Amino acid sequence: MKKSIAKNFLALDYEAIVMGVSAGGFQALTILLPCLPKNFSLPVLIVQHTIPNADDFFPGYLSQKAHVPVRHAVDKEPVMPGIVYLAPPDYHLMVEYDRTLSLSVDDPVNFARPSIDVLFETAAAVYGPHLVGVILTGASADGSLGLKAVKDAGGLAIVQHPRTAEVDFMPKSAIRTVEVDAILPLKAIGKMLARLAD
Amino acid sequence: MEITAETEHIEIRLLLEAIYLKYGYDFRSYAEASISRRIKRNMRLNGCPHISELQHRILHDARAFQQLMTDLSVSVTEMFRNPDFYQSLRQQIVPGLLQIPFVKIWCAGCASGEEVYSLAILLKEEGVTQQLQIYATDINESALQIAEKGIYPLDKVKEYTSNYHRINGRGDFVDYYTALYDNAVMRSGLKRNITFAHHNMVTDGSFGEMNLILCRNVMIYFNRDLQNRVFQLFCDSLIPGGFLCLGSRETIQYANCANQFDPVNVHEKIYRKKFPCPGL
Repeated sequence: MKKSIAKNFLALDYEAIVMGVSAGGFQALTILLPCLPKNFSLPVLIVQHTIPNADDFFPGYLSQKAHVPVRHAVDKEPVMPGIVYLAPPDYHLMVEYDRTLSLSVDDPVNFARPSIDVLFETAAAVYGPHLVGVILTGASADGSLGLKAVKDAGGLAIVQHPRTAEVDFMPKSAIRTVEVDAILPLKAIGKMLARLAD
Repeated sequence: MEITAETEHIEIRLLLEAIYLKYGYDFRSYAEASISRRIKRNMRLNGCPHISELQHRILHDARAFQQLMTDLSVSVTEMFRNPDFYQSLRQQIVPGLLQIPFVKIWCAGCASGEEVYSLAILLKEEGVTQQLQIYATDINESALQIAEKGIYPLDKVKEYTSNYHRINGRGDFVDYYTALYDNAVMRSGLKRNITFAHHNMVTDGSFGEMNLILCRNVMIYFNRDLQNRVFQLFCDSLIPGGFLCLGSRETIQYANCANQFDPVNVHEKIYRKKFPCPGL
């Protein structure tokens, strides 16, 4: 990815980052999230596909590794800068027009609840061009249409380089579906997000 | 022309206003992200290109409205969803219920009834059966009819059975239903203590003197203002010392009446209405 592209986007005001990750996500987020600095100024909303009965171990673990707080989203809480919100297992995570988070137990989308498409589409409707969408490793096509919604609304689309992904199906599917702005390995994505938030 | 977030927000508000003015159903205080997805799903299935056109259709065609109404108010649930919650219910609430001569429980927003039957099974196994009345209410008539019949697809039952094992059920789940073709029909004995009724949490009043209210993953579909009003409704409907159970990712903390409750189980979102302080 060329540096000039990132520079062009720096001029825009980003309000939030949405991220989707499936198989291989534990490892990927453990590498990516610590790249965000302590004073990171954007909220990060993440859908990771998990088993429905997963407990709170993962956000706790990531919180210890990262310099920013990581936790499961609670229904109707305001979206705060510098906090990483994970969709709770077995709920869809959405962004409301008033920039609060909401949950639903509506049917799975792409066999997934939480679904990446649901988060990305609702966030794109709210943040428009001020949103960054990131698709990481995974064995699902979930997130491709969501990333397209981000891009169609004028936002920025970033995908993990398939060759660096533990499972390349999801990044490849996203790249096929969307004209993405950047295809990068995990640490480079982290650095780019840090610069975009600066 | 590109449909901006603001335009869509206006279109949805106008549609919900139209539904309210024409049919009296009030979805105006529902959380918009979910309801917007449901509206768009209805539009896709009915080949309707714009929200404003859907508004025109439902104003002039009651059948189109009925379909939309079903799509907007249906909620999905399963038996023994979140087994940890049912364990907590058994350990932290049931012992208190066993002390009460007449137990009244309200399942608010029971949808198609999976949770009501889960509760009825658990209470039966714990011996809370003699003086028990469960009120199961919902706004959606067709969902209520399914709940009342207690007939569920057999392929779901496999999942429910595994959930039942995870709450350490005392019996065999198969004893609670009869298989009929591709369906499982819940045993009529379970229904003996259940009254199914239409109730709209947005407009209807309180149910009196409840010992326990279950309203799990229903209020996530409401905005904060409506949540606040419904929490007050629950507070008014509970006796002092009565329990309120929410979904594990919901919270009462933003409600005005939050200070009238004590947390019983922070993780499973079980709250207890405080007893009035003497002398205050």
